[in-house]
Amino acid sequence: MSNEGVDGNRRRFLTAATSVFGAAGAAAVAWPFLASLKPSARARALGAPVIADISTLEPGMRATYLWRGQPIWIVRRTPEMLASLDKVASSLVDPDSKTQQQPAYITDKSRALKPEFMVMKGVCTHLGCSPILRADHPAPEIDTNWQGGFFCPCHGSKFDLAGRVYKGVPAPTNIVVPPHRYEGDTVVVIGEDPKTA
Amino acid sequence: MAITPNPYKTTGALGWIDDRFPLTKMWKEHLSEYYAPKNFNFWYFFGSLALLVLVNQLLTGIFLTMHYKPGAETAFDSVEYIMRDVPWGNVIRYMHSTGASAFFVVVFLHMFRGLMYGSYQKPRELIWVFGSLIFLVLMAEAFCGYVLPWGNMSYWGAAVIINLFGTIPFIGPELVVWIQGDFVPSDATLNRLFSIHVIALPFVLVGLVVAHILALHEVGSNNPDGVEIKKKKDPATGIPLDGIPFHPYYTVKDMVGVAGFLIIFCAVLFFMPDGGGYFLEAPNFTPASQTNTPEHITPAWYFGTYYAMLRATPSFAGTQIWGVIVMGAAVVILFFVPWLDKSKVKSIRYKGVLSKTALTVFAINFVILNYYGLQPPSDTVQLISQIGTIIYFAFFLLMPWYSKIDKTKPVPDRVTE
Amino acid sequence: MKPLMNASLTRFARAAVVAAGVIVANLAAANSGGNLLPFTADSGNVASVQRGARNFMAYCSGCHGMKYLRYNRIGQDLNIPDDVLKKNLMFTSDKLGDQIKVAMPAASEQWFGRVPPDLSLETRARGADWVYSYLLSFYLDETRPLGVNNTVLAGASMPHVLWELQGWQKKAEHAAEGGHGGGHGGGSAFEQVTAGSLKPSEYEAFVTDIVNFMDYAAEPGKQARISLGLKVMLYLFGLLVLTYLLKKEFWRDVH
Repeated sequence: MSNEGVDGNRRRFLTAATSVFGAAGAAAVAWPFLASLKPSARARALGAPVIADISTLEPGMRATYLWRGQPIWIVRRTPEMLASLDKVASSLVDPDSKTQQQPAYITDKSRALKPEFMVMKGVCTHLGCSPILRADHPAPEIDTNWQGGFFCPCHGSKFDLAGRVYKGVPAPTNIVVPPHRYEGDTVVVIGEDPKTA
Repeated sequence: MAITPNPYKTTGALGWIDDRFPLTKMWKEHLSEYYAPKNFNFWYFFGSLALLVLVNQLLTGIFLTMHYKPGAETAFDSVEYIMRDVPWGNVIRYMHSTGASAFFVVVFLHMFRGLMYGSYQKPRELIWVFGSLIFLVLMAEAFCGYVLPWGNMSYWGAAVIINLFGTIPFIGPELVVWIQGDFVPSDATLNRLFSIHVIALPFVLVGLVVAHILALHEVGSNNPDGVEIKKKKDPATGIPLDGIPFHPYYTVKDMVGVAGFLIIFCAVLFFMPDGGGYFLEAPNFTPASQTNTPEHITPAWYFGTYYAMLRATPSFAGTQIWGVIVMGAAVVILFFVPWLDKSKVKSIRYKGVLSKTALTVFAINFVILNYYGLQPPSDTVQLISQIGTIIYFAFFLLMPWYSKIDKTKPVPDRVTE
Repeated sequence: MKPLMNASLTRFARAAVVAAGVIVANLAAANSGGNLLPFTADSGNVASVQRGARNFMAYCSGCHGMKYLRYNRIGQDLNIPDDVLKKNLMFTSDKLGDQIKVAMPAASEQWFGRVPPDLSLETRARGADWVYSYLLSFYLDETRPLGVNNTVLAGASMPHVLWELQGWQKKAEHAAEGGHGGGHGGGSAFEQVTAGSLKPSEYEAFVTDIVNFMDYAAEPGKQARISLGLKVMLYLFGLLVLTYLLKKEFWRDVH
């Protein structure tokens, strides 16, 4: 072995070029493996939009649907229930829903496309339990200013009838409103944004 | 307690590690100061390629296991789920199935290299024994994996291979039921083969590969001349005159081999993953059926040689166990090669015409047997397989004789170009 | 010992000759596939596969499902918009992510004696040439319950669903035993009895479309895999050149 006639620059260049080229190849090989962990076509098919016919939903009642494995509630709010939303505002963390826990196209204070129908995930924003609907009020054992809402049995988080979280409970944010749109007056497509025509 | 400073005088983070773990030591012993003969040729690519394929199998296997569901009712569907619904699933599955075949191609060539250059001779007997064990475990691993898709070929392949144990006198039938965990290959069988395929045998395989390489690096690599490079050292440095550091010289060389291999491997993977029906058999695209045997049932192509021997052996004395014994002996005899070869020289280059002829005939015979092991049974196939079986064993059993009387050429002191 | 040796040597020589013949015969058989018509599916012909999808859903999906293939996968791979997909291909489901289920399941076993098989993987299990030949090889046969038989799958329980398109044919006299032997193409094995609504060449094109679709359905990722493979090849040849130059450079040290 001897180093005579060795071109150090050429050797450095080839080493660097092969390293870069090889590393790019290795990264490209890593991609299929990482991508294979994304939701499969089956998961996406099972997570396809759910069509909810709410024409038979009575005022004050709630219907539960399953979308992407999570309960989705649709509550038909009575005028009295809607009126209660203002009464509790002072007890809430984020009464104006400034934190984006709802799609951008839902701007109404009642957190719904149509105030009468509240569409929300039935999942507490604390640790993912499913809260209980407590429409009855007053209920001093829950809150002195209880006007009806959702109570999470796991750690006592409280939400009003728009899914807005009360102050002083473990849950940090309002309940999530999933993307949804109306197809006609009484059919809700859960999981699809409104078509921008 | 004070730490003994490491002898490599490394500092910083590396020094900290070296004081506690032999990182630099291992790097030097196995790569930068492992001196390999400088005359490795084409045949020396296949060791590193086997390692590459092993890594490919482990990696793709881990990801396939995330999506595959063992179970008679779920396995076939989950394989199609991988092929269609899992993003990139078809590519990962083909990497694994093509890799299985590539493993055997590479290992066969690697073993042939060993036979050619006498890489099993003293002091490398244990390397060869570990290698033979790897081959044995690899066959078991491949068989288990072959069953997992639970297609009709998987099912009947499992039935035939497991039933080989049924030929054992007295306990055979009960043994088969015990292996299957049922009266036919079934859900229970599939689940245990899955466990063996993804946990037990990979552990053993990796352990054996480590042992194989450690044994190699203990005694040093053989070479196409069969010259011991450690006999001629530079008096000043103690480095073999014909040795070059594995890194960088053989790492860069093996990279060329890897690129060339990957071209062939990926051509199969992307353009003909079925391998003409040999890598993925057509009947295996039909779910396992306990009532319909495929018209022509064969084992995976890489078992062809041994399957031919199984079929070639007639049953007598009321039992078929002789075929199983012959097939088993064909693998077991590999372990004894280091002691069967009585030649004074290692490499085929300096062996005489007898050894050269024997090895050539053996290699051709191996390929012919492999081909006929996959053909539908007939008198011709039977006769050729019988002759082939005899040649296979003659190569080994006559080796002490022909390797001893063979006229050898003088071996040079130093390796040739 | 000696005569035995000689005898076995002659046997060996004879066997070797026969063996060579068997190999050649097998290779030939692999190309022509017995009494099958030569056919190579082309799932890369998107227009043909689209037509085949329509044909399959119209004529086959009543009895045969493709339980591994999702409608939206077809739409995505074959550039079919969702609304067209729903209108023209989806008869048994309205969910785009659904797999192709059979339209009329339970009763079919009583009608045909067995449940019509799922066809997701048919071309991989039997070969595209088999399916192509099968669909061209129905002929009138009074001995069968449905009055129809098939030269590719004798005693097939499937009726000739496409008879209105192909018309009826019977086995040609001279080829009554051998299936598709010689002649011009495979058609010589049959004689047309009544004409169908399609000309023979049109019918062959119709079947070609169906089989191309089935070839697609057997592995929807095939075309993507092949085009990815070309890029990988390009990369690997680049890698081979680079590593070769690198090796050359380093090995200038070694004398």
